[in-house]
Amino acid sequence: MTLDPNPPLLSVEGLSVAFRTRAGEVKALERVGFAIGRGETIAIVGESGSGKSVTAQAVMGILDPAGRVTEGRIGFGGMDLLQASPRELADMRGRELAMIFQNPRGALNPIRTVGDQIADVLARHEHLKGPAARARAMEMLALVKITDPRRRLDAYPFELSGGMCQRVMIALALACRPALLIADEPTTGLDVTTQAAIMDLIDELGRSRGMATVLITHDLGLAAEHCRRIVVMHAGHVVEDAPAEALFAAPRHPYTARLLAATPRPGRRLDDLVAIPGGLPDLRRADLGGCRFLDRCERAADPCRAGVEPVESAGPGGPRRVLCARPLEEVAA
Amino acid sequence: MLAMIGRRLLAALPSIAGVIVVTFLLTRLLPGDPAAYFAGPAATPQAIEEVRARLGLDRSVPAQFVGYLGDLARGDFGLSLTTGLPVLRELINRLPASLELTLAGLLFAVAVAVPLGILAAVRAGSWIDHATRIVATAGVSLPTFFTGLLLVHVFYSVLQVAPAPMGRLDVFASPPPHITGLYIVDALLTGDAATAWAALAQLALPALTLGIFALAPLARMTRAAMLSALGSDFVRAARASGLSRSRIVWVYAFRNALLPVLTTLGMVFSFLLGANVLVEKVFAWPGIGSYAIEALIVSDYAPVQGFVLTMALLYVLLNLVIDILYGIVDPRVKLES
Repeated sequence: MTLDPNPPLLSVEGLSVAFRTRAGEVKALERVGFAIGRGETIAIVGESGSGKSVTAQAVMGILDPAGRVTEGRIGFGGMDLLQASPRELADMRGRELAMIFQNPRGALNPIRTVGDQIADVLARHEHLKGPAARARAMEMLALVKITDPRRRLDAYPFELSGGMCQRVMIALALACRPALLIADEPTTGLDVTTQAAIMDLIDELGRSRGMATVLITHDLGLAAEHCRRIVVMHAGHVVEDAPAEALFAAPRHPYTARLLAATPRPGRRLDDLVAIPGGLPDLRRADLGGCRFLDRCERAADPCRAGVEPVESAGPGGPRRVLCARPLEEVAA
Repeated sequence: MLAMIGRRLLAALPSIAGVIVVTFLLTRLLPGDPAAYFAGPAATPQAIEEVRARLGLDRSVPAQFVGYLGDLARGDFGLSLTTGLPVLRELINRLPASLELTLAGLLFAVAVAVPLGILAAVRAGSWIDHATRIVATAGVSLPTFFTGLLLVHVFYSVLQVAPAPMGRLDVFASPPPHITGLYIVDALLTGDAATAWAALAQLALPALTLGIFALAPLARMTRAAMLSALGSDFVRAARASGLSRSRIVWVYAFRNALLPVLTTLGMVFSFLLGANVLVEKVFAWPGIGSYAIEALIVSDYAPVQGFVLTMALLYVLLNLVIDILYGIVDPRVKLES
C-alpha cells in the first residue's frame, strides 16, 4: 500500500459484529467499511435495524456485552482501536472521539446536575476540578448557545427541554475538543425548529473546531443537507458509499434508489412516494448470501446469488462504492 | 420541609384511627375469656362475674370502645393484667430493645446485600451472581425461628462462641445508664467498652437471624436496579465520554439504583418489625414483640392493643423517613408537593 499523504482520521475496514442471543447469533454487521478525513462530515443512512448505531458503538468501543467484533480494523489517527487496551480506549473516548445520542434526556444522568456531568468529563480527561471545571462547563454551555449558562449549570435534565438536553449533550461531548464526533440520530424526537437549530450548531462547531462528524440518521434529506458524503447501510452491509450529490443524482444500488423514491422532497406529492417492499432479512439465518437485499430487490437475478464484492468507481466529487452484482447504470458525467 | 412532615403526619391520622378500631374489635373477637382466666381455675361463676365487672368487660362493646378512646386521648394505654404495670410504660421500656435488634438486623442485611447485589449486577452471570442468588433464596426460604434455633445450636451449643440466648445482657451484668435505650450505644457513650462488647455478643445471633431473612429482597432488588441502571442510556453515554468504571458504577449507576433499593428497604424494615415477634421469643429478647405474644396468649387485651398501635405509629414514621430520603436522593421528587 502506498503511503497516503493525507490519511483518513477514521477508517473502518471489514468490520463484522455479531450478537449472541438466545435465538442464535445475529450477524449485525458484515465487512462494513468506510473512511472519514479530518474535518469531514459524512452521514450513515439506513432504516432501523440496518446497523448504523451498532457501527457507531463498535467505533466507540461501547457495544453491549453480548456484542462482539469478529473481524476487521478500526483505524483512528494511526492506531487500530480494536487492538487498543481498554484503558487506552477509555482515555480516548470523550477526548479524541465523542458521541451524542438520540433521546438526549435519557442520555444524561437524571439525578446529577448538568454542570456536574460536564465537570465529570473535564475531571476525567483534563484533570480540571472545582471552580476551574465549573468555569469551563459554563463556557461550554455558552458555546452551545444555552441562555443564562450560569444558572443552567445547576439544572437537572428533567428541568430542561429536549432540545436543551441535546445542547448539554453536545457541550459534554465537545468539552475536551474531540477530533471526531459521532452523532447518533441527534435530532430524532425533537420538533422541526429545534432540529434545525441543533443541526446548525453541530455544523458550526464542527467547522470552527475542524472536527470530523459522522451523522447517523434515517433521514436522507437531513443527510444531504449537512454532509458531503453518504454511506447507505442495509441489514448490516454498507450497500453504497458516494458523494451526496452523485448519490442523489444517480443512485447505483437498488436499495438507495428505493430509499430516494421513498423520501419526501419539495414538489413531490405524497402519492409519488413509494414504500420499500418487504423487511430486513432475519440476520440469524445461516444462509445469508452476499447480498442481503436480494429478497426485496426487483432486479434480483442469478449473478446476485453468488458472492458480491464492492465495486469502486471514480466519479465527480470523489470515488464511490456500491455492493451490488447488478448496479444501476451510472449516468455519464 | 417541616410543613411537609406536618402534612404527612396529618394524612396518617385516618389510618391510625382505622388501626385503633380494628385492634379494639379484633381483641374483643378473639377466643378466650380474660375474666375466667384471671379469676383462676377454681373460681365460682360469681367470682368470674366480679372480675368481669372490675375489668369493665360487662359493659357493651360500644361503651367499652368509647372508654378506650377516652383513655387513649389521656395517653393511658391501660394496665397489663398479667404484670399489673401500665402498658405505655412497659412499651416505652421495651421499645429500645426491639429497635436495637431490628436496626442491627437491618444494618447487617444492608451491609451484606447491597454489595452482593452490586457485584452480582456488575458481573452478571459470574459465580458471584449465582452465589448471590443461592444466598438470597436460602435466606428467604428459611423461617426466622428456624434460622434462630439453628444459629443458637451451632454457635452456642456446639461451637460455644456465642453467649446463652437469654436477652440483652448476661444476668449478672448491669445495663448501661439509660441515654438512648440502645445498650451498645449507651455503653459506648459512657465509655464502657466491656458492656458494649457484652451487649454486642448478645445481639449478634438474633440480629443475624433477622438480617438473613432480610437479605434476599434487598440483594435481589439491588441487583435488578443496578442491572437496569447499568443498561440505561446515560450509562452508555457516560462510557462514551470515557468516565472511569468506578465512577460509572458508583456515581452514575448506583445512585440511580438507590431509589428502588430505598423503597425495598422500607418494606423490609416493616417485615422485620413483624418478624421480630418470633425472634424475640426464641432469644428471650425483652422487646415489645415478646411482650405482645405473652399478652396475646392469656387474652390480655391492653398490651396487644398498645403493641399494634405502636407498630402502626412506627410504620407511619418509617414511611415518612423513606420519603424524606427519597427526596434527598432524587431531585425530581419535590418534598413540598
